[in-house]
Amino acid sequence: MTTTLPRKKKRAEAPSGRTLVSPSQLRTRGGKTLYVIVFVCTFVAFTIAFLFPLYWAVTGAMKTPAELAATPATLVPREWHPESFAEAWDQMNLGKYFLNTVVVAGGAWLVQLAVDVPAAFALSKLRPKFGNVVLGLMLVTLMLPAAALLVPTYVTVTDLPLLHLNLINSPTAIWLPAAANAFNIYLLKRFFDQIPDELIEAARLDGAGPVRTLWRIILPISRPILAVVSILTIVAAWKDFIWPLLVFPDTGKQTLSVMLQRVAIDMPLNLLVAGMVLASIPMIALFLVFQRQIFAGLTAGSIKG
Amino acid sequence: MPSPRPSDVLDWPAATPRAGRPVATAAERRRSRLRRKIKDNITAYSLLCAAILIFAMFSWYPIVRGVLLSFQQVDFVNPPTWVGFGNFARLFEDPLFGVAWRNTLLFTAFALVFGFAVPFLAAVLLNEIRHARAYFRLAVYLPVMLPPVVTALMWKWFYDPGPGLFNSALNAVGLPGGQWLDSSTTAMLSLVFVSTWANMGSTTLIYLAALQTIPGELYEAAELDGAGMWRRLRHVTFPQTRFVLLVLLLLQIVATMQVFTEPYVMTGGGPDDSTVTVLLLLYRYAFVYNDFGSASAMSLLLFVALGVFSAMYVRLTRRVDA
Repeated sequence: MTTTLPRKKKRAEAPSGRTLVSPSQLRTRGGKTLYVIVFVCTFVAFTIAFLFPLYWAVTGAMKTPAELAATPATLVPREWHPESFAEAWDQMNLGKYFLNTVVVAGGAWLVQLAVDVPAAFALSKLRPKFGNVVLGLMLVTLMLPAAALLVPTYVTVTDLPLLHLNLINSPTAIWLPAAANAFNIYLLKRFFDQIPDELIEAARLDGAGPVRTLWRIILPISRPILAVVSILTIVAAWKDFIWPLLVFPDTGKQTLSVMLQRVAIDMPLNLLVAGMVLASIPMIALFLVFQRQIFAGLTAGSIKG
Repeated sequence: MPSPRPSDVLDWPAATPRAGRPVATAAERRRSRLRRKIKDNITAYSLLCAAILIFAMFSWYPIVRGVLLSFQQVDFVNPPTWVGFGNFARLFEDPLFGVAWRNTLLFTAFALVFGFAVPFLAAVLLNEIRHARAYFRLAVYLPVMLPPVVTALMWKWFYDPGPGLFNSALNAVGLPGGQWLDSSTTAMLSLVFVSTWANMGSTTLIYLAALQTIPGELYEAAELDGAGMWRRLRHVTFPQTRFVLLVLLLLQIVATMQVFTEPYVMTGGGPDDSTVTVLLLLYRYAFVYNDFGSASAMSLLLFVALGVFSAMYVRLTRRVDA
């Protein structure tokens, strides 16, 4: 896995390296045949297990409700009805829910960057007094299972301490708690730690203040980690279910996931499936474009790749 | 070795005698260093204040609040009253409480068997395959990207005993279909299956990354010593990935004990309460019965049950990075 963090330059160049099966064994005729058999089996198994369900959903959406309910199910639709996607869009008012979800995920992303990047920079490069205490208190929150904080955070969001604001039905109920993300701060801090201090000193000698240094020097060279953090944040916000379910009782404000679950019983199955496919497209597109960042995020900060 | 603080290093140019400028005295230098330190601290905390405020409001305060709520009765009309261990007593009297814990442990146990063994085997297999690597990675990770609600609704449809995908496929090859989600004996297992399908991509790729760091010489040496493939797997692959296996074991325990979306969307806890999980019951206490005290007591129990695993997970992953 190619993590994009600096200092980790020594990456395993395993793809061509020696693995469990010895290369000499693979070169024999029997070895070659066995390899082909294993390869084909794995290929077929992976395709059936992971891609076929998606094929089933996309084609299912284009079947008529009668065909969907018939047994045995058809592998290829007898009649194609691609217009069910448009119908689903209209009937479920998907445009509105897409917008809601984009606002929730986009806002969570911006607020997180705005809060976590300066914090990580301050902890890493300015190293204030008691900085380690602050970082430690933040990291402690990682040790709590998320579910354990569900109820008290909900209670807090309904009546913010001191301010006495009720954030229910407001996207801020998602944005603000999301920004309390110790994992992101930790990832960012670790990256900033590896930026040489000399660079910052040089900027300071040139008369740049800390904010300017952060903006003009640190952020441009931190693009890889910012990409990882951004993707992690957006994907998490798009996929989240239980928290949006709690904070958006107003059906018009809900995100796609919450809405789909709510209408699941009443919708004709073909339209529901069409809606599900449409709701997944942004994530799949994101995945295809940002694979590298997503795979890097998978191993960054967790386990040595 | 601690790296020099920027504030210390930065004194250097000011302290260097330059042409036409008097040499700074030691006292002046100390004063300027102190000034710089104070200024640095002020800047640092102004950059940190948003994060500290947000953590205080949405993390630290709720932790304290959660513990307090566990011992209180709250109805949001009257001021909260202290009830001691009353909330816990109420939970223990609820027959569903034991059921929920048993179901959750069952889910975690199944999820560990599948979600641990299957991805590991998949990763070992993928590590040997030299073609279409990108395709395999893409395929296995694709379900991870789907919103969990979509996955759950999709599988609910697949499991449909009538025209569902599974029974159609089974009937096509002449096998009888199953009741899947509609039978209390198979419902939980069916949920585990969905969860494994949806999440195995990340585990597989983490294992794969770990496998790729194993030095090839170890396999060569083992082979020279006459170790066959199984012994190489046991004595090289396993020990070399032991750490990652341990870390993911902890992660899986913590994650699966909090299962909610699948039972909530797919079965609602049924049939016959066979898929009521701890988090589903917690949700009911808080948002159906409006008993936030008992729900918090349940959170506290969940925390006690999982806190150790979480702490170990965080410690281990941080140690690797350091």
